[in-house]
Amino acid sequence: MKQKGWKELVPGAVVLEGGSACKFKTGSWRAFRPVWIEENCIQCLFCWIYCPDMAIKVKDGKRGEFDYDYCKGCGICALECPGKKGKKAIVMEEEGK
Amino acid sequence: MAKVVAVTGNEACANALRQVNPDVCGIYPITPQTDMMQRYASFISDGKVDTEAILVESEHSSMSACIGASAAGGRVITATSSQGLALMWEMLHIASGDRLPIIMPVVNRALSAPLNIHGDHSDAMGARDTGWIQIWSENAQEAYDNTIQAFRVGEHMDIRLPVMVCLDGFIISHSIERMEYLEDAEVKNFVGEFKNLYPLLDLEKPKSYGPLILTDLYHEYKRAQHEVMLKVKDVVLDVAKDFEKMSGRKYGLFETYRLEDADIALVILNSAAGTSKDVIDEFRNKGIKAGLLKPRLFRPFPYEEVAEALKNTKAVCVLDRSDSFGGYGPLFMEISSALYQLKERPVLINKIYGLGGRDYLPSHAELVLNELHGIAQGGKINIIKEYIGVRE
Amino acid sequence: MATPLTLKELSKKEDLFTHGHRMCSGCGAPIVVKMVLMATDYPVIAANATGCLEVSSCISEYTAWKIPWIHTAFENAAATLSGVETMYRSLKKQGKIDKDVKFIAFGGDGGTYDIGFQSLSGAMERGHDMIYVCYDNGAYMNTGIQRSSATPLGADTTTCPAGSVIPGKLRARKNLTKIMAAHNIPYAAQASPSHWMDLMKKVQKAHSYEGPKFLNVLAPCNRGWRSKTNDAIALCKLAVNSCYWPLYEIENGVTKITSTPREKAPVADFMKPQGRFKHLFEPGNEALLQRVQEEVDAEWEKLKNAEKCGC
Repeated sequence: MKQKGWKELVPGAVVLEGGSACKFKTGSWRAFRPVWIEENCIQCLFCWIYCPDMAIKVKDGKRGEFDYDYCKGCGICALECPGKKGKKAIVMEEEGK
Repeated sequence: MAKVVAVTGNEACANALRQVNPDVCGIYPITPQTDMMQRYASFISDGKVDTEAILVESEHSSMSACIGASAAGGRVITATSSQGLALMWEMLHIASGDRLPIIMPVVNRALSAPLNIHGDHSDAMGARDTGWIQIWSENAQEAYDNTIQAFRVGEHMDIRLPVMVCLDGFIISHSIERMEYLEDAEVKNFVGEFKNLYPLLDLEKPKSYGPLILTDLYHEYKRAQHEVMLKVKDVVLDVAKDFEKMSGRKYGLFETYRLEDADIALVILNSAAGTSKDVIDEFRNKGIKAGLLKPRLFRPFPYEEVAEALKNTKAVCVLDRSDSFGGYGPLFMEISSALYQLKERPVLINKIYGLGGRDYLPSHAELVLNELHGIAQGGKINIIKEYIGVRE
Repeated sequence: MATPLTLKELSKKEDLFTHGHRMCSGCGAPIVVKMVLMATDYPVIAANATGCLEVSSCISEYTAWKIPWIHTAFENAAATLSGVETMYRSLKKQGKIDKDVKFIAFGGDGGTYDIGFQSLSGAMERGHDMIYVCYDNGAYMNTGIQRSSATPLGADTTTCPAGSVIPGKLRARKNLTKIMAAHNIPYAAQASPSHWMDLMKKVQKAHSYEGPKFLNVLAPCNRGWRSKTNDAIALCKLAVNSCYWPLYEIENGVTKITSTPREKAPVADFMKPQGRFKHLFEPGNEALLQRVQEEVDAEWEKLKNAEKCGC
């Protein structure tokens, strides 16, 4: 991306587009990848509420896939996942394996 | 119709601010400014203005709140002196970096230690590199006129920078002078409605103020800020022209007094210029061509124009009411920089006077002018920088 | 009307703090921010003290904030927001704005307990309509884990390192929540993101009052706590269950504990998984560990007494 010259800057460095951080993908930070196992999911949404990176897609009150563009792989979701009958609905796997 | 009054500098500025009727003001006491904003507080309590006051717990919070208010979108003022300005220092850079046109009378006072409440220019000179526009005022009339003009300058859409209006503590802030007030409606019309640039209160278009800017862009932002400062001179002159039409009082980037054909000249800021002018008249009566230059716009500094005004003199003394310890006086440094660009330039000396409210007397001006006269006649410079009016 | 506090309903709301922010993996602060904003059913403007949250959420042209947001400096989020709120009141009084707007300040413990303490106290005393949210991770994490007045007793930080002579921080934490309540503000509370419903209820309650409100929210920092990236919420639960971080509110001067652990866990349970307390479990530091437990117990007793006596 071409860097801006001084004549192209917004006065006062004000950021004019709210939520523009969406354009910055943080998924590449991940060393471990959360994997969602739908059959073990009870749709408690704990993973969604505790996710620090807003990286879990929820539609109509139901959780969907991880948003790997942003997930940093912290593993909070997997740890907090109650699962079903002792079986976790989220497990962490090493990236690239 | 102008109204002739006898008022103090503080009262004059408070009235200018009342006539502008800003949306928000930060108020915190500090001698000798206190009296200005407490007068303003009375205007609020008596319903003479629409302003909401923030009665902050420090000047740091005052400037912080002013920045918040200005970014929210509206006209914002505060006033301070000395330690108060020093405490604001961090935030002064943020006000200018965020390009927020906050207007602030600064009633100039010495800095501690030792503690002193009287007038000198150490406070505002310490803030000269903060990115604020600085306009200096000789007397109550100028402080009043400059305060009104400051809104038009700072709020100009090509500028959007904060402005300090400097006046001397006690000498001007607390002395009663005869001066003229403009009509409320004239002032209101002159400053016009406040125009927003990026108001936070525009909730439909959420903005973020104060991002982290790293090595990739910081340099560019500062270059842009420098560019804005380059435009200030023209705006100051345009505003002064409009002001003259309304008031009949003429302002420039600086004032010259009997300087056109002068051999020797004093360069001096604010109230001491008045005393100096009287002594210059005496020298003129003796047949010595003496003159004076009194800077008005100190930031940005009009180097070329000042050089042009002083280029035909033989010897110039810059009188500083503050010191840059281990360096020359701050005003001297500017004049020196301005004159350096000339092929032929006058001899330049620097006197430090009047610190902590020490009187500047006609005899001081006389002493300096005599020394300059000697130098102009081919005499030697004994010392470039020295204190005057000081006991051995 | 406030959104019902069910995750299903809440999940239908737009995230006002978006992904793409650059907080560390597993950081507690963004969880706190998203919960606070999720519980805010009004147009809202936020201010932010310099710190991790601020430097990571708004860089160059990338802002994670979908609401108007302002950062000016470290020690003055409350003062800055005072200004924004005052301009709002001025324009509203003049008929230039008609919306009802809420104001929230976010600051870390350094920017709140320490350098921002005066500006916070001033804003609370002046009565500005705002919620000040402190995300408390117990040290200056942004500059690299230096001790603050929120750092717990015995913790190892880079400026009070656990050494061979001095075993970490020798002073207990400042009780900021109580200090804020002592400003006689309508609402002050302590919350934890592990107890999301409790936290969001407190936010909703705070919004229901006009004037200054204060929320102190625990926000684990795995870098500074020397813990894992996945245990922010687990540690918060341990903090609450051990009464290291009791959940309570002081509403119009009346104290109420909002979550009492079924069985009060030893504070060591909270401390053990954290590297910053590792030295306290080594021989020779038993007394200090004991002192930590005693201080937690004493504070918990004081809190229960305050609730009992209705003060």
